[in-house]
Formats: sequence, structure tokens, C-alpha cells
Amino acid sequence: MSAPSLKIENLTVTHGRHPAVHHVSFTLKPGGLMAVVGPNGAGKSSLLRAIAGLHKPAHGRVAGFAPGQAALLPQQAMLDRAFPLSCRDAVLFGLWSESGALRAIPAPERAETALDAVGLHGFARRPVGSLSAGQFQRVLFARLLLQNAPVILLDEPFNALDARTAADLLAVMRRWHGEGRTILAVLHDLDLVRREFPETLLLAREAVACGATETVLSAENRLRARMMSEAWAEDAAPCEREAA
Amino acid sequence: MLYEALIAPFAEFGFLRRALVGCLAISISAPPLGVFLMLRRMSLTGDVLAHGILPGVALGFVLAGLWMPALALGGLLAGLVVALGSGALARATGGREDAALTGLYLTALAAGVTLISWRGSAVELTQLLFGSVLGVDDGALLLMGAAASATLAFLAIAWRPLILECFDPSFAQAVGLRGSVWHLGLLTLVVLNLVAGLQAVGSLMAVGLMMMPAIAARHLARNLGGMMLAAVGVALLATVTGLLASYHLDLPSGPAIVLAASALWLLALIAGPVDGLLARHRPGRHLEG
Repeated sequence: MSAPSLKIENLTVTHGRHPAVHHVSFTLKPGGLMAVVGPNGAGKSSLLRAIAGLHKPAHGRVAGFAPGQAALLPQQAMLDRAFPLSCRDAVLFGLWSESGALRAIPAPERAETALDAVGLHGFARRPVGSLSAGQFQRVLFARLLLQNAPVILLDEPFNALDARTAADLLAVMRRWHGEGRTILAVLHDLDLVRREFPETLLLAREAVACGATETVLSAENRLRARMMSEAWAEDAAPCEREAA
Repeated sequence: MLYEALIAPFAEFGFLRRALVGCLAISISAPPLGVFLMLRRMSLTGDVLAHGILPGVALGFVLAGLWMPALALGGLLAGLVVALGSGALARATGGREDAALTGLYLTALAAGVTLISWRGSAVELTQLLFGSVLGVDDGALLLMGAAASATLAFLAIAWRPLILECFDPSFAQAVGLRGSVWHLGLLTLVVLNLVAGLQAVGSLMAVGLMMMPAIAARHLARNLGGMMLAAVGVALLATVTGLLASYHLDLPSGPAIVLAASALWLLALIAGPVDGLLARHRPGRHLEG
């Protein structure tokens, strides 16, 4: 697969007037695998949502890939898991670009194949509301499989999963990487990041460091990230870099 | 005997047949909208919109009496203003939407009742609030048929977008779905169905035919298609029994139909296979795996 790159140029994402992501720039080369780490409130999810086109940047831009080339794995809290939907139907939404609202879904048996691939054989008719958090995460991975996107954005993909589920889903991610897809993932587990991700962005609203994982995750950099104030400064002055 | 009780009223009286046909049409279209509202945790929104249409209906009544086109147009416009206004008001003032909805619907209800009382009799007020089988003229019947047809056509097109937007709004947005447009379409049809049910079941009771079957259906089916079918079934049954009760016991048709739906909801709540009280307290034997 010839994947596009991901170019983030001077990106600022705000909630109200307060920046959640502040003048961040980095590039992820085609087929690259990068982790985004940082303390709570560092803007990791906001960055991912801006890249996915869900949050309009206040400043700067996202470039490198065409609209529709990126697929996002959202945090589970963003979904309504009580909705009366079968696993099969939830996964089939991954074919939205082919089916849209009205067209017949081409080869719907692909849903079963995708569920098999994430270890959920026989789950097609199960309501999503009856799944454990780990099983539900597998369903979301199956949906990503059907989306077949060259750029994959994962928001805390391995959080609160048991070791086996995490290992299975990690294997799926490795396969995507092997296929040459460009992958950006928000993570908290630094050991996992060191083991699996060649590149890392350390975010604390601003980019503290970006590059080879070992260098980025130095004790000094992590301390700088921890110093980030989580509170919004109500009396902060307007940003001078805005005009730049 | 059975014929006398169940068939004769409809066979003998044209007005009752018209009410039956119209209400059956709304029973097919309104409950699926109610199911979507319920799944969006907006069950009370239907109630608010039912109150919201009242000032428009009242204005139509003040200007043109019980003339259906004026009532319908007034109700439709007022309902849309409340549907759009509550969201806009909450966003513009930084308040909570439920607070804005409460403010709007109390104002709408008071204004509507005041307007109708100003120009109309108590009988007309009761008819507009709670419906009358005598009120279903040809215009009302046509509106009910048109509202039901438009709703089914909309649901056929909007089925996947409404599900996706409710289940996973981030994903829906990421794949380019304009969730607010579909949501607005849903609310517009809710208002249209409420207005269409106005003559037969009344502005305050029309929402009952939308929401009662929907909340009963939650206990009758696990998947969305099953819920929709169950809701429509409950509404059809409630319509027939409600109209018969209204005829035999001389009750206003709206409350009679809604009470029939309430009885079916209670039955589903107690004996329904999904989260019903009996199923919860006396679960069947568990499976091996």
C-alpha cells in the first residue's frame, strides 16, 4: 500500500479561546508509526480529532493526505454502547465510503471475516451492548479493517484491555504497519511505546519533543511535559504567534 | 356480540372509519420516530414539541376557526420554531438545553391555551388539546396520510445516517455525514406527525401515539428493526382499542388511545422479554456458553 504522509503545520486547536493544542508542527513519513504521549489534558485527543477533521483548527493546517484517507478509532466513551445494534451492523459502517446512506452494501460477509480477524468468531449477531470493553474494542478494530484506510489514527487503542486482547489488537496494528499504512496512536503506556513505536511525539499542549522514541522519552523531556500546567490561565494574554 | 363491539361502530359511522384510517396511518409513521427520539435520549423532546405546536395551532384557530390548513400550518411553524429555538437558545446563552426547552414549552402551552380560550369555547379547547373523532375531516385525513408517507420515505433514506449519527457521532462526522441535517429532518417529521394527529388525538395527546409505543417496544425487542415493528404493532393495537373505547364509553379519543397504549406499555414493562420486571426477577435457565 502506498500510504500518504502526515504533515502537521503550526497547528492550534482551541476549546473556546483556550488552546488545547498550541502551534504544533511535525511530519510523519509515509508508512510511519508514531505514538503521541503526554500528561492528561496535553491535547492528544484534540490533536487526533483535528487531524481526522472533527475539530476545525484555529490556526495552522493538516496536510499530506486527502479527505477520506484517514480512519479514526475513537475512545469508547464517545460511542453509545447501549444502542441496539448488532456487531455485524456496527462493523459494516466501516464500508460507509462504498455504501453511503442508500447504496447496497457490497459483499457484506466481509463483516464476518473482519470479526473473525479480530478474534470475535460467531459474534456477528450479538448486540454491541452485551460486549465487554475489550470485545467492543475488537469490534471497533474490525470496523477499521473494513475501512481499509491508508492513514490510521488510534485514540488510546489498548486502554483498559486484558493482556491477551491488547496483544491481539497490537498484532493487528503491526500488520497494518507491515502493509505500509501511516499510523498515529495516542498512548499512555510508555513501555509499550518504547517497544513498538519507532517514533514519538511528546505533547504538553505544545510539542515538547518529536522524533526517535528513546530520545523523545528522555527523563528531561518527560519532566518538562509534567511541568505543563493543566489549568487554563483565565488572564492569559492573546497569543503573539497568532499573526505569524 | 363481538361484531357489535368491534366491527359495527366502524361499519356504521363514516367519521369513525375516517378517524380509524387516519390514526392507523399515524400509528405506522409516528412510533419509529419515537424510537429514534428514545434512543437519542430525547423522549421528553417529543412532549415539548407537542406543547410547542399549540400557540401556532391557536393562532390558526383564532384566524380561521377549526379549519385544518390554518391549524396545520400554524402548528408546523410553531413546532419548528421551538425545535430550532431551544437548541439555538441554549447555545447562544450557554445554558442547558433542557432548561431552555422547559421555558419554551411552558410559555407555549400557556400562550396556546390563553389564545384558544380567548376566542373559542371550552368544547373547542378540549377538542384541540385532546382530540375528537368527529374532527377528522377530509383535510385532516389527507394530512395524516401525507405525513405518514413522508415519514416512511424519510426513514427509508435516513435509516443508516440516523443510526450512525446516534451510535458514533465522531465516526459519522469523520466520514462526512452532516448529522445536524438528519437530526433536523427527524425533528421536522416529529412536528409534522404531531400536527397531523392533532384533530384525531389532540395536540397534547399526539405525542402519546409516538412515545408510548416506543418505550413499550424497548421491552419487546433487542434490535432496532424489531423495536420498530413492535412499536408500530403496539400503536396499531392501541389505536383500534382506543377508538372503540372512545366510541362505547363516550371518551375523548386522544386520551382513550394513549391510555390503551399505556396499558400495553405496562404489560410490556411487566412481561416483556427485554428487561421486563418478570424476566428480571425470574430469569430462565442460563446457558452453557
